Amino acid sequence: MPPPVLSIRSLTVTFFGSGAPVPAVRGVDLDVHAGEVLGIVGESGSGKSVTALAAAGLLPQNAQVSGSIMLAGREIVGAAPALLRRMRGQEIGVVFQDPSTTLNPLLPVGRQITEGEVAHGRLRPSEAPQRAVALLRSVDIADPQNRAVQYPHQFSGGMRQRAVIAMAMAGQPRLIIADEPTTALDVTVQAQVLDLIARRQRETGAAVVLITHDLGVVAEVAHRVAVMYGGRIVETGSVREIFARPHHPYTAALLRSAPRIDAAGGRLDPIPGQPPTPSELPPGCSFRPRCAVGGGRDRCAAEVPPLRPVAPDRAAACHFAEEVRVAASPVRSAPLPDTARRRPDAPALLAVENLAVHFPIRAGLLRRVVRTVRAVDGVSLRIAPGETLGLVGESGCGKTTTGRAIMGLVLTSGGSITFDGQRIDGLPRGAMRAVRRQMQYVFQDPFSSLNPMLTVGDAVAEPLRIHGLFDEMGGARWIATLFDMVGLSVSVANRLPREFSGGQKQRIGIARALALRPKLLILDEPVASLDVSIQAQIVNLLEDLQRELGLAYLFIAHDLSVVKHVSDRVAVMYLGRIVEEGEKAELYRTPVHPYTQALLSAVPAPDATAAGMRRRIILEGELPDPAAPPAGCHFHPRCFRASDRCATEAPRFERHPGLASFRACHHAGPLAAGGPSARPEAAVP
Amino acid sequence: MTEALRSGLRVARRVFSRPAPAAALAYLALLAAAALLAVPLGLDPLSQDLVRMLEGPSREHPFGTDELGRDILARAIFGARTSLMTAAGAVSLAAAIGVPMGLVAGFFGGWRDAVLMRVVDLMLALPGIMLALALIAVLGRSQAAALVAVGLTGVPTFARVARAQVLSLRRRDFVVAVEAFGASSGYTLMRTVLPNSWSPILTQMVVLSSVAILLEAALAFLGVGIPPPTPSWGEMLRTGKEYLHESPTYAVLPGIVLTLTILAFDTIGRALSTVLEGRDTLIGRPVADPP
Repeated sequence: MPPPVLSIRSLTVTFFGSGAPVPAVRGVDLDVHAGEVLGIVGESGSGKSVTALAAAGLLPQNAQVSGSIMLAGREIVGAAPALLRRMRGQEIGVVFQDPSTTLNPLLPVGRQITEGEVAHGRLRPSEAPQRAVALLRSVDIADPQNRAVQYPHQFSGGMRQRAVIAMAMAGQPRLIIADEPTTALDVTVQAQVLDLIARRQRETGAAVVLITHDLGVVAEVAHRVAVMYGGRIVETGSVREIFARPHHPYTAALLRSAPRIDAAGGRLDPIPGQPPTPSELPPGCSFRPRCAVGGGRDRCAAEVPPLRPVAPDRAAACHFAEEVRVAASPVRSAPLPDTARRRPDAPALLAVENLAVHFPIRAGLLRRVVRTVRAVDGVSLRIAPGETLGLVGESGCGKTTTGRAIMGLVLTSGGSITFDGQRIDGLPRGAMRAVRRQMQYVFQDPFSSLNPMLTVGDAVAEPLRIHGLFDEMGGARWIATLFDMVGLSVSVANRLPREFSGGQKQRIGIARALALRPKLLILDEPVASLDVSIQAQIVNLLEDLQRELGLAYLFIAHDLSVVKHVSDRVAVMYLGRIVEEGEKAELYRTPVHPYTQALLSAVPAPDATAAGMRRRIILEGELPDPAAPPAGCHFHPRCFRASDRCATEAPRFERHPGLASFRACHHAGPLAAGGPSARPEAAVP
Repeated sequence: MTEALRSGLRVARRVFSRPAPAAALAYLALLAAAALLAVPLGLDPLSQDLVRMLEGPSREHPFGTDELGRDILARAIFGARTSLMTAAGAVSLAAAIGVPMGLVAGFFGGWRDAVLMRVVDLMLALPGIMLALALIAVLGRSQAAALVAVGLTGVPTFARVARAQVLSLRRRDFVVAVEAFGASSGYTLMRTVLPNSWSPILTQMVVLSSVAILLEAALAFLGVGIPPPTPSWGEMLRTGKEYLHESPTYAVLPGIVLTLTILAFDTIGRALSTVLEGRDTLIGRPVADPP
């Protein structure tokens, strides 16, 4: 076997800042060979990105690195800056998470992607333009001639990430480090980019280190997996083995806790507690406080478990790895009967008819309306008491605007919103205040939705005080009950938001939303910014609260697995319109709209066997500009079933014959065996 | 508001752990203490001794005497009272008018924003000293007039700072969240937006203190400040200039304290903004996402 491209031995990285030194990486060993994709999986603070940055020599001044990093036979740790610079140009290519900040906004994309090669003297400036066109073509960018002279702002998110990949691969590096390369992208675009990384990797034979928190992404493209926790690798193995037979309790628990698109309902099995922060690691095994296998045995607290071989080509850092015998497949308790909770026949709690929200774009001296962004363009929804409606769609489809319009936070341009039998759009302020008691909003980002100057107890009490109901609703005792309901001790009530982790803050956000005893919660991506192991806790909490309090949820999300888990009915939104809506089971089993079909097929499942067998529909292009939507059916330019009729005539939203689902498509129908026949997979121009 | 206080103390600790701001603070504390203790110490800025006028430094009068034989040290210390009080009053006045203007303009936007900001533009278009001279011409010479004149020139700065702060907070989730609960605009503005925008306003108050002291001295130097016999640094500089031949040491002390005071406020102001913008610690890429 040839020597590995990247070989890391007992790497430790410690950051020195204003406080105590923070050990971010604590003894990592790993090898990556040519032609191999190594997936590094971990939650925030696990040290996965720091490990990769150390390999690229990109750590800041205040990081102290020790151990050995051999890249293509040369030592990186302590290397001279000039050598590092040369190696970054030739041996390593890096793809960062956010393509909108990686590119220089003042340089044409074509010049940027060849800049490195020109600087290293491997490309003559006169040849750069042709080279840029060839590079852009190699990452499937349409019309590369014209695109090469455009600026980053003229590129969409997915195209920018393609350009960054082109730049990273320009010098034919032997190692590519991709740090969460698809986290900032939508599901359908993520599928395109993952496909591109896999293909370019095969073509160039480079070694790839793919860092991600998403087990599905790893299952999709990685060959080997390293799971990181608390600054150490806790388990390594081939992707198939890890998903089938995890040997570390953390891996096993992580696989069990994630909601999966291929699983039936039932309760999620979350990992208790919080991921440790690098500055406050527990002694011994850092997973011990959350571990179900160790069971509080003394050895786990006393001794850091070494990463040891447990099977051929497998290693796990657990004293009791042999005892991890939990099936990774989602075997869950039977779904609770939801007949008691749901009353689909009751009059709708919330009924939205033909809702429209248009934002005018004004320009020029007279501030005339030059264009209109149709963020929401004729959306109809119904939610019965105690029911969960999942609203899914990619970013920019208008799902958040829909939620905010229902809350009265955004002015509507048309249609009607009826809540509990009362028309609420356009209500005067005072009357709307009363309605708002019944309807509350939970924000996506728990870091930004809590006032940093208010203790969390005051934050939870704030809605009561605003409505002058603090004493009426039970005062401090009710606040204590609310903390208890969301699984927090009321003793933390006089702390400030910044002292809490993301999951805890989201619990506080939920407690605050429940303070006025609402009937409907609008949940805007409530778990999207949380770590995988925390998502399951919050999802379970929401389900429990719904059962106990008879709440109705409008669950807005882009993650189809989570939506499938929590919803009774699901509506799929595309560019301001609902394209398909139906009962969850039917919609996921027999999607009839081509967009729903593509979305569902693009979700990476954390199961390597299934990933190999799945038929994927990779959509072309990206979400069009909502200010200038395509004529006819908005989806037709990306659709694999589109005909001439779709370009001129918008399809009506109606029941699909033989199913309970509604859809808006001229050519709706279940996927034929053998997949979409009109165009082959990955037919991205 | 207790959290505002606690985070203020944290900021203060970080500001004054650096040598230059700490020295500036020590100087200002000394000056304030001298001004406060001047009466108990038996200093009298008004007692005249016409026999010993325009003397150089001596044992009884370490910085000499003025044209009426009054002790220059005592006058400079009492001048600090005038200067610091005028500055504090003027800055408070400017904040009291400017901050609400900025809050309302930024929060409500529309015609309120247009009207208030045009007023601010108008005030900015006039040079501060011109505005102050015009006001004193109307109000007459008095400490109150000087205070109002200096204060009004600071209004536009506070209005602009507060407005910028509101605009950046306006669309933040925690502000939208309070509105989603059904909070009134007043509640949102006073309870949520204002406590989160105090830090740049506070920085402005410190920075403007030095401007106010300078402006007050300038007015006194031009002879339109606080009327005599109240001691004031600007007034002392003006008379010192007239007796430059007879007593070259006359203007030394008032010049030094004026310069040092302005320098001290400026140093603290700059250190404050450095800390509040997070530029004081050298931390590169974050180690991990915030916990």
